[in-house]
Amino acid sequence: MDPLSTLWETFFDWDSMREALPEMLTVGLPNTLILAVSAALLGSVLGMLLAVAGISRTRWLRWPARVYTDVFRGLPAAATILLIGVGLAPLGMEVWGPNPYPLGILALSLIAAAYIGEIFRSGIQSVEAAQVEAARALGFSWGEAMRVVIIPQGVRRVLPAWVNQLIALIKDSSLVYFLGLLASQRELFRIGQDYAANTGNQSALLLAGLFYLALTVPLTHAVNWIDRRLRHGRPAGAPGDEDDDLTLAGAVEGSPR
Amino acid sequence: MNTSVSVSLRDVHLAFGANRVLRGVDLDVPRGATACVIGPSGSGKSTLLRTINRLIEPDRGDVLLDGRSVLGDDPDRLRQRVGMVFQQFNLFPHMSVLRNVTLALRRIRKLPEDEAVAVARHELDRVGLAAKADARPAQLSGGQQQRVAIARALALQPQVMLFDEATSALDPELVKGVLSLMAELSAGGMTMVVVTHEMGFAREVADTVAFMDRGVVLEAGAPAAVFEAAEHPRLRQFLSQVL
Repeated sequence: MDPLSTLWETFFDWDSMREALPEMLTVGLPNTLILAVSAALLGSVLGMLLAVAGISRTRWLRWPARVYTDVFRGLPAAATILLIGVGLAPLGMEVWGPNPYPLGILALSLIAAAYIGEIFRSGIQSVEAAQVEAARALGFSWGEAMRVVIIPQGVRRVLPAWVNQLIALIKDSSLVYFLGLLASQRELFRIGQDYAANTGNQSALLLAGLFYLALTVPLTHAVNWIDRRLRHGRPAGAPGDEDDDLTLAGAVEGSPR
Repeated sequence: MNTSVSVSLRDVHLAFGANRVLRGVDLDVPRGATACVIGPSGSGKSTLLRTINRLIEPDRGDVLLDGRSVLGDDPDRLRQRVGMVFQQFNLFPHMSVLRNVTLALRRIRKLPEDEAVAVARHELDRVGLAAKADARPAQLSGGQQQRVAIARALALQPQVMLFDEATSALDPELVKGVLSLMAELSAGGMTMVVVTHEMGFAREVADTVAFMDRGVVLEAGAPAAVFEAAEHPRLRQFLSQVL
């Protein structure tokens, strides 16, 4: 057989794909979504706490946040998942029973939080100090000023970077297979891998890859769209940015520009 | 506007490290009066303004509203009594104009949504921008933004208004609208402390003009006295440069 058709059959064997598809849809996809969505929520909440601690004027908040971020950003994700998933397994067994998901989600969240914390922190710190001053001049406490005025602006500025991190999280969720999953707990990657191992054909793995792309690519485009809307307001024809307005203001006064 | 109070500063000192920004400032603004603070940049005018609502805490001296020291008060409560308008407007860009004005009413005054909106619409109407309630700040001209900022401060019914070079960042053709709004407020009996480079405004609207130089008020008095009969050579020099 010529190399080209060997390649084709290794990756694009429709029968293998069709065989794996039902399990991918009913088992793999829901499990990947459960892992990624829970870890995204928990990781974002933890990340926000880290970001606020990281800009705190109290050394006892700033310092632990710094160390945490360095450690969890510096370790390979696979190592963290193994350390937490296996290391805490006896504890997890008592709390949750023989389910590796809670610890897997915890590990994924802890990793994501380290990155998301840095993303949120950079966004929050990019908001002008004058905004804090304006909020405080209205009578807001520092905490309220952060919550109502600063953090919402800071987070908007880093939405694309935050979504990048969620994309990384979707892909990293495949690493929980280290923790030993029951058949019903297998996520996309593991199902693809199992089919590939059983048949010696990689097409199911490629199918898993297509599922990941179907999740991540729309996410990127959705956030770009949201980002544009937040920057320019509603698309309904209103003048977009300051330059337009200055031109308008000048035109009203009749001054040549 | 009958709730206005007098403002007094007594021997206010402030240093940032070795940089002595305020070196014993005294200022008296009677209830309902407008004081314009003029002087070269770096003379401490903006810092002085910020000691009145304690965005900056003085090292020494006293700040009095209605004859009572505010230095022992809760700063957040004090700031609800003192409105402030900034050179760069500092509207919250992620909120609509209406939301900018209702924010403190809802969050701090705890007014129900519909009451807050009613107050905000009234204040926006007063500054001539009722039609812009749903716009984002970035969709407004600088002059319009500054008028929204004034409405935002007025919505809390302050007893004093502080203006920090409120027209310095505006295109020339937009300055007039903001100044005439400020003049209206002044005529309405609001106590105002106005840091400004607009000498025409100071001459026409102020009850008191205070000239600051190197962290002290060198000379203060009625506009006519300050502008026509300046005593201090540094004031005369400053006026010769700006008039």
